[in-house]
Amino acid sequence: MNELLAILIAIAGGLAGGLVGVGGGVLFVPALTIFIGLTQVEAESTSLLMIVIVALVGAIRQKGYGNVRVREAIVIGVLSPLGVLIGVGVANNVSERALQLSFAALALFMAGQLIYRARSRA
Amino acid sequence: MPTAAAPPRSNEMLKLAAIGTIAGIFSGLFGVGGGTVIVPLLILWFGYGERLATGTSLAAIVIIGALGALAQGGIYGNVHVVTGLLLAIPAVLGVVLGTAIQQRIPQRAVSYLFAALLIGIAIELILK
Repeated sequence: MNELLAILIAIAGGLAGGLVGVGGGVLFVPALTIFIGLTQVEAESTSLLMIVIVALVGAIRQKGYGNVRVREAIVIGVLSPLGVLIGVGVANNVSERALQLSFAALALFMAGQLIYRARSRA
Repeated sequence: MPTAAAPPRSNEMLKLAAIGTIAGIFSGLFGVGGGTVIVPLLILWFGYGERLATGTSLAAIVIIGALGALAQGGIYGNVHVVTGLLLAIPAVLGVVLGTAIQQRIPQRAVSYLFAALLIGIAIELILK
Protein backbone atom coordinates (compact mmCIF):
# COMPACT_ATOMS: atom_id res chain seq x y z
CA MET A 1 0.00 0.00 0.00
CA ASN A 2 2.75 2.45 0.98
CA GLU A 3 4.71 1.47 -2.12
CA LEU A 4 1.64 2.13 -4.27
CA LEU A 5 1.24 5.60 -2.76
CA ALA A 6 4.94 6.29 -3.35
CA ILE A 7 4.50 5.26 -7.01
CA LEU A 8 1.47 7.55 -7.41
CA ILE A 9 3.35 10.49 -5.90
CA ALA A 10 6.33 9.72 -8.19
CA ILE A 11 3.98 9.95 -11.20
CA ALA A 12 2.64 13.26 -9.85
CA GLY A 13 6.20 14.56 -9.38
CA GLY A 14 7.04 13.65 -12.98
CA LEU A 15 3.84 15.30 -14.22
CA ALA A 16 4.80 18.49 -12.37
CA GLY A 17 8.23 18.30 -13.99
CA GLY A 18 6.74 18.06 -17.46
CA LEU A 19 4.11 20.71 -16.90
CA VAL A 20 6.10 23.43 -15.11
CA GLY A 21 9.76 22.50 -15.62
CA VAL A 22 10.82 21.68 -12.07
CA GLY A 23 12.64 18.48 -11.09
CA GLY A 24 9.85 17.13 -8.90
CA GLY A 25 11.90 16.95 -5.71
CA VAL A 26 9.16 18.85 -3.88
CA LEU A 27 7.08 15.66 -4.16
CA PHE A 28 9.81 12.99 -4.30
CA VAL A 29 11.31 13.90 -0.91
CA PRO A 30 8.08 13.50 1.12
CA ALA A 31 7.23 10.29 -0.81
CA LEU A 32 10.62 8.81 0.12
CA THR A 33 10.46 9.83 3.79
CA ILE A 34 6.80 9.11 4.53
CA PHE A 35 6.09 6.02 2.40
CA ILE A 36 9.52 4.42 1.93
CA GLY A 37 10.90 5.35 5.36
CA LEU A 38 14.18 7.01 4.34
CA THR A 39 15.73 9.71 6.54
CA GLN A 40 15.51 13.31 5.33
CA VAL A 41 19.12 13.37 4.06
CA GLU A 42 18.77 9.96 2.35
CA ALA A 43 15.48 11.10 0.80
CA GLU A 44 16.95 14.37 -0.50
CA SER A 45 19.95 12.53 -1.95
CA THR A 46 17.87 9.75 -3.54
CA SER A 47 15.46 12.38 -4.85
CA LEU A 48 18.40 14.00 -6.68
CA LEU A 49 19.02 10.74 -8.55
CA MET A 50 15.33 10.59 -9.56
CA ILE A 51 15.42 14.28 -10.55
CA VAL A 52 18.37 13.67 -12.91
CA ILE A 53 16.52 10.85 -14.70
CA VAL A 54 13.21 12.74 -14.86
CA ALA A 55 14.87 15.98 -16.00
CA LEU A 56 16.94 14.13 -18.63
CA VAL A 57 13.91 12.42 -20.18
CA GLY A 58 11.85 15.62 -19.86
CA ALA A 59 14.58 17.73 -21.46
CA ILE A 60 14.93 15.27 -24.38
CA ARG A 61 11.16 15.39 -24.97
CA GLN A 62 11.14 19.20 -24.74
CA LYS A 63 14.13 19.34 -27.14
CA GLY A 64 12.04 17.33 -29.58
CA TYR A 65 9.26 19.93 -29.25
CA GLY A 66 11.84 22.72 -29.86
CA ASN A 67 11.67 24.08 -26.31
CA VAL A 68 15.30 23.86 -25.09
CA ARG A 69 18.16 26.40 -25.39
CA VAL A 70 21.06 24.03 -24.74
CA ARG A 71 23.87 26.60 -24.41
CA GLU A 72 21.93 28.69 -21.88
CA ALA A 73 21.00 25.57 -19.88
CA ILE A 74 24.65 24.50 -19.70
CA VAL A 75 25.75 27.95 -18.44
CA ILE A 76 23.10 27.86 -15.70
CA GLY A 77 23.90 24.27 -14.73
CA VAL A 78 27.66 24.57 -14.71
CA LEU A 79 27.65 27.75 -12.58
CA SER A 80 25.27 26.33 -9.97
CA PRO A 81 27.97 24.67 -7.78
CA LEU A 82 29.31 28.16 -6.98
CA GLY A 83 25.85 29.02 -5.69
CA VAL A 84 25.59 25.74 -3.78
CA LEU A 85 28.76 26.64 -1.86
CA ILE A 86 27.35 30.10 -1.07
CA GLY A 87 24.00 28.55 -0.08
CA VAL A 88 25.54 26.01 2.27
CA GLY A 89 27.70 28.76 3.83
CA VAL A 90 24.68 31.01 4.34
CA ALA A 91 22.58 28.14 5.71
CA ASN A 92 25.16 27.56 8.43
CA ASN A 93 25.16 31.20 9.53
CA VAL A 94 21.54 32.33 9.26
CA SER A 95 18.59 30.94 11.26
CA GLU A 96 16.53 28.36 9.37
CA ARG A 97 13.33 30.27 10.15
CA ALA A 98 14.70 33.44 8.57
CA LEU A 99 15.63 31.43 5.45
CA GLN A 100 12.20 29.82 5.22
CA LEU A 101 10.41 33.15 5.55
CA SER A 102 12.68 34.92 3.03
CA PHE A 103 12.21 32.13 0.47
CA ALA A 104 8.44 32.26 1.10
CA ALA A 105 8.47 36.02 0.46
CA LEU A 106 10.50 35.57 -2.73
CA ALA A 107 8.18 32.76 -3.94
CA LEU A 108 5.11 34.98 -3.38
CA PHE A 109 6.81 37.89 -5.17
CA MET A 110 7.68 35.72 -8.20
CA ALA A 111 4.16 34.24 -8.24
CA GLY A 112 2.73 37.78 -8.35
CA GLN A 113 5.10 38.75 -11.19
CA LEU A 114 4.19 35.65 -13.23
CA ILE A 115 0.46 36.25 -12.81
CA TYR A 116 0.82 39.97 -13.65
CA ARG A 117 2.90 39.17 -16.76
CA ALA A 118 0.53 36.43 -17.95
CA ARG A 119 -2.52 38.65 -17.45
CA SER A 120 -0.97 41.64 -19.23
CA ARG A 121 -0.40 39.48 -22.33
CA ALA A 122 -4.07 38.52 -22.53
CA MET B 1 31.53 37.57 -39.32
CA PRO B 2 27.92 36.51 -38.83
CA THR B 3 27.41 33.51 -36.60
CA ALA B 4 24.85 30.85 -37.39
CA ALA B 5 23.82 30.24 -33.79
CA ALA B 6 24.34 33.56 -32.01
CA PRO B 7 26.07 33.02 -28.66
CA PRO B 8 24.51 34.79 -25.66
CA ARG B 9 25.74 38.42 -25.40
CA SER B 10 27.91 39.37 -22.43
CA ASN B 11 25.13 41.02 -20.39
CA GLU B 12 22.96 37.99 -21.11
CA MET B 13 25.83 35.77 -19.97
CA LEU B 14 25.95 37.74 -16.72
CA LYS B 15 22.24 37.24 -16.16
CA LEU B 16 22.54 33.52 -17.00
CA ALA B 17 25.46 33.27 -14.57
CA ALA B 18 23.31 34.98 -11.94
CA ILE B 19 20.45 32.52 -12.54
CA GLY B 20 22.86 29.57 -12.23
CA THR B 21 24.32 30.95 -9.01
CA ILE B 22 20.91 31.77 -7.52
CA ALA B 23 19.61 28.30 -8.47
CA GLY B 24 22.66 26.79 -6.79
CA ILE B 25 22.14 28.90 -3.66
CA PHE B 26 18.55 27.68 -3.37
CA SER B 27 19.65 24.14 -4.05
CA GLY B 28 22.22 24.40 -1.25
CA LEU B 29 19.80 26.13 1.13
CA PHE B 30 16.63 24.13 0.61
CA GLY B 31 17.63 20.90 -1.14
CA VAL B 32 15.57 21.69 -4.23
CA GLY B 33 16.70 21.23 -7.83
CA GLY B 34 16.57 24.91 -8.67
CA GLY B 35 13.70 24.85 -11.18
CA THR B 36 11.64 26.89 -8.72
CA VAL B 37 13.86 29.90 -9.44
CA ILE B 38 15.16 29.06 -12.96
CA VAL B 39 11.73 29.01 -14.65
CA PRO B 40 10.40 32.34 -13.30
CA LEU B 41 13.75 34.11 -13.84
CA LEU B 42 14.00 32.91 -17.48
CA ILE B 43 10.46 34.18 -18.05
CA LEU B 44 10.82 37.47 -16.15
CA TRP B 45 14.44 38.42 -17.04
CA PHE B 46 14.76 36.96 -20.54
CA GLY B 47 11.16 37.06 -21.73
CA TYR B 48 11.23 33.35 -22.56
CA GLY B 49 7.90 31.79 -23.41
CA GLU B 50 6.73 29.36 -20.73
CA ARG B 51 7.52 26.22 -22.79
CA LEU B 52 11.03 27.41 -23.65
CA ALA B 53 11.64 28.36 -20.00
CA THR B 54 10.49 24.99 -18.63
CA GLY B 55 12.39 22.98 -21.28
CA THR B 56 15.63 24.92 -20.70
CA SER B 57 15.11 24.61 -16.93
CA LEU B 58 14.86 20.80 -17.20
CA ALA B 59 18.10 20.68 -19.19
CA ALA B 60 19.88 22.81 -16.56
CA ILE B 61 18.47 20.64 -13.76
CA VAL B 62 20.05 17.55 -15.36
CA ILE B 63 23.48 19.11 -14.69
CA ILE B 64 22.61 20.59 -11.27
CA GLY B 65 21.01 17.33 -10.07
CA ALA B 66 23.85 15.16 -11.40
CA LEU B 67 26.46 17.28 -9.57
CA GLY B 68 24.37 17.11 -6.37
CA ALA B 69 23.72 13.36 -6.64
CA LEU B 70 27.42 12.71 -7.32
CA ALA B 71 28.39 14.75 -4.25
CA GLN B 72 25.80 13.08 -2.03
CA GLY B 73 26.31 9.57 -3.43
CA GLY B 74 30.05 9.75 -4.01
CA ILE B 75 31.08 11.66 -0.89
CA TYR B 76 28.42 10.80 1.67
CA GLY B 77 26.87 7.56 0.38
CA ASN B 78 23.33 8.80 1.06
CA VAL B 79 21.75 7.79 -2.27
CA HIS B 80 19.52 4.67 -2.23
CA VAL B 81 20.23 3.73 -5.84
CA VAL B 82 17.79 0.82 -6.32
CA THR B 83 14.88 2.65 -4.65
CA GLY B 84 15.65 5.75 -6.68
CA LEU B 85 15.82 3.85 -9.97
CA LEU B 86 12.60 1.91 -9.29
CA LEU B 87 10.65 5.04 -8.33
CA ALA B 88 12.12 6.88 -11.33
CA ILE B 89 10.12 4.56 -13.65
CA PRO B 90 6.67 5.96 -12.69
CA ALA B 91 8.21 9.45 -12.43
CA VAL B 92 9.48 9.22 -16.03
CA LEU B 93 6.00 8.12 -17.11
CA GLY B 94 4.71 11.28 -15.42
CA VAL B 95 7.19 13.61 -17.10
CA VAL B 96 6.52 12.19 -20.59
CA LEU B 97 2.79 12.68 -19.98
CA GLY B 98 3.35 16.14 -18.45
CA THR B 99 5.42 17.46 -21.36
CA ALA B 100 2.85 16.10 -23.84
CA ILE B 101 0.00 17.83 -21.97
CA GLN B 102 2.04 21.05 -21.74
CA GLN B 103 2.26 21.31 -25.56
CA ARG B 104 -1.54 21.25 -25.75
CA ILE B 105 -2.45 23.91 -23.18
CA PRO B 106 -2.01 27.71 -23.54
CA GLN B 107 1.42 28.98 -22.39
CA ARG B 108 -0.25 31.37 -19.94
CA ALA B 109 -1.80 28.38 -18.16
CA VAL B 110 1.77 27.20 -17.39
CA SER B 111 2.49 30.56 -15.70
CA TYR B 112 -0.65 30.21 -13.59
CA LEU B 113 0.25 26.61 -12.64
CA PHE B 114 3.74 27.76 -11.70
CA ALA B 115 2.37 30.66 -9.63
CA ALA B 116 0.10 28.17 -7.81
CA LEU B 117 3.13 25.95 -7.11
CA LEU B 118 5.11 28.93 -5.71
CA ILE B 119 2.19 30.00 -3.51
CA GLY B 120 1.87 26.41 -2.21
CA ILE B 121 5.59 26.30 -1.39
CA ALA B 122 5.37 29.72 0.34
CA ILE B 123 2.44 28.59 2.51
CA GLU B 124 4.27 25.37 3.43
CA LEU B 125 7.41 27.32 4.41
CA ILE B 126 5.43 29.86 6.46
CA LEU B 127 3.52 27.15 8.34
CA LYS B 128 6.67 25.12 9.13
